[in-house]
Amino acid sequence: MIRDTTIGAKLWITAVWAVVIFFVLNLAAMIVAVILSSFGTRWLGTWLPAGFTDRWYFAAWSEFQLHDVLIVTFQIAFIVVALSGLLGVTAAYALARRDFPGKKLVMLLFLLPLLVPPITFGIPLATVLYQAGVGGTFWGVVIANLVPTVPFVILVMIPFIEQIDPKIEAAARVFGANTFQLFIHVLLPMLVPGILAALLLVLVRTVGMFELTFLTAGPTSQTLVVALYYSVFASGVRAVQSIDAMAVVYMITTLVWLLIALRFVNPTQIVARAKQAPSQP
Amino acid sequence: MADPQPSLRQRLALRGIDGVTLLALPAVLFVLAVFIYPFAYGLLLSFEPKEGGALANYQRFFSDPFLYRTIATTLWLAVPVTIISLALAVPIALRVRLMTRQRLLTTILVLPITLGTVLVAEGLLNYLGPQGWFSRTLMLFGVIEHPLKLTNNYWGVFASLIITGFPFTFLLTLSYVTGIDPALEHAAATHGAGAWQRFRHVFLPLLAPGLAISACLSFVQAFAVFPSAILLGAPAGPTRVISIAAYQAAFEQYDYSMASAIAMIMAAVQMVIVVAILAFRNLFYRGSTAGGKG
Repeated sequence: MIRDTTIGAKLWITAVWAVVIFFVLNLAAMIVAVILSSFGTRWLGTWLPAGFTDRWYFAAWSEFQLHDVLIVTFQIAFIVVALSGLLGVTAAYALARRDFPGKKLVMLLFLLPLLVPPITFGIPLATVLYQAGVGGTFWGVVIANLVPTVPFVILVMIPFIEQIDPKIEAAARVFGANTFQLFIHVLLPMLVPGILAALLLVLVRTVGMFELTFLTAGPTSQTLVVALYYSVFASGVRAVQSIDAMAVVYMITTLVWLLIALRFVNPTQIVARAKQAPSQP
Repeated sequence: MADPQPSLRQRLALRGIDGVTLLALPAVLFVLAVFIYPFAYGLLLSFEPKEGGALANYQRFFSDPFLYRTIATTLWLAVPVTIISLALAVPIALRVRLMTRQRLLTTILVLPITLGTVLVAEGLLNYLGPQGWFSRTLMLFGVIEHPLKLTNNYWGVFASLIITGFPFTFLLTLSYVTGIDPALEHAAATHGAGAWQRFRHVFLPLLAPGLAISACLSFVQAFAVFPSAILLGAPAGPTRVISIAAYQAAFEQYDYSMASAIAMIMAAVQMVIVVAILAFRNLFYRGSTAGGKG
């Protein structure tokens, strides 16, 4: 540990922490303001609402048909999780274990949907989906959401699979296991922590994915975040507090899964997804 | 019995193509069908405008100020946000790297990324609004006399981009900073290098590749700003960003050809900036971030 004891260094460190504290305070205040407002009766020109009530939650529940929206959200999210797990883990296994001509190109193919922002590829994608007749339907939303999640699972899983000693698979092969049996009885049990982490992050991303769902959803295939967008967009029609109540419901649905996911992954992994496993000496 | 010519199956297996390799095929086909194909389709569609020659959409975009100004508007948001996020992320990551318990801070910072731009926009409408706590606190301390106007204009979108963009840049930078062997800094300190010298001659060259990637990703994210520019900005004027123009062309005028053209222009601007950042990064040192011999 290097200790800087000059005045300048101390001032600098203080300034750095002041920025961090300022940022975190603003973030916390923003979230607390939403929560307080959702429980407030009347909040105009004062520090705190005039009184507290839980009626906005009942109002939001019926006004925005939250029951239906939540069911659609979870149906879409769980189908996306299942399909991206199936497509992603098998492809990750092939890419982790085999070296073939054109592998770099395939890796680039999987990297692109994660690097290009959803709104950029979402507009041509929505055009194609609407022409194919699935735009505006439940399955259109599922397909659109799979575009970034399949590559995400692949890139998260490759280092996990590379860590497993190929000798274990060779042993299973020697005892006569075919590829399917190898997957089910040997690889899957060892990969559970990795798969769980990847799929939980897919769940969090899908519940929070606004752009792709917004561009492809019809009236009956809206997820919670899109419904929230429409209600904020039309604010003035509904009471602010009931929109805030819906925002709190959205926060809870997202954060529950995030907290579970964080038991398996480090927060930095959520953004630095394609991190390479350390190479074996 | 030895066959002088191995079978096709064996020859393919030697090059790494066998049953296991084929497991990648469904995912490859899927991404080709739903990512590459729509992009190629959109590119072709953009050259088949509703009226006029092949380039009519592009000519219209670059001759209509209401359309071409969206590029400048978006850059005017995305470039400052990227620079500020990066300028804050580097010193903070270098400090946080020394903490033994980073987890709490990183968890707090991953919140706005997870909650997403729609929720941040909704929260900031209240918090930064004329009756919100932000202006109230400043008035309490006598910094300002009247509430600041921070919503439905440039600053609202700017704040929302910082709130979601800075944590993203920070966590990315942190993952690069923690990858640098601390022994390198210790070696520099032993030789009498001050804090600034250690940063300038040890960290900065080693961080350059990571910072270039962070800058590219943060910029691309900020350039694609969409919901907060509508909810928190002034989507008819100062924050009419390029994604709004593309969305309106597609879903309000139903001109998918024009919408594709705008999406392609958006992708092209992103690519130009990314290439520029990566070219700039190549001016710096390339090498290992690990310490030790060799």
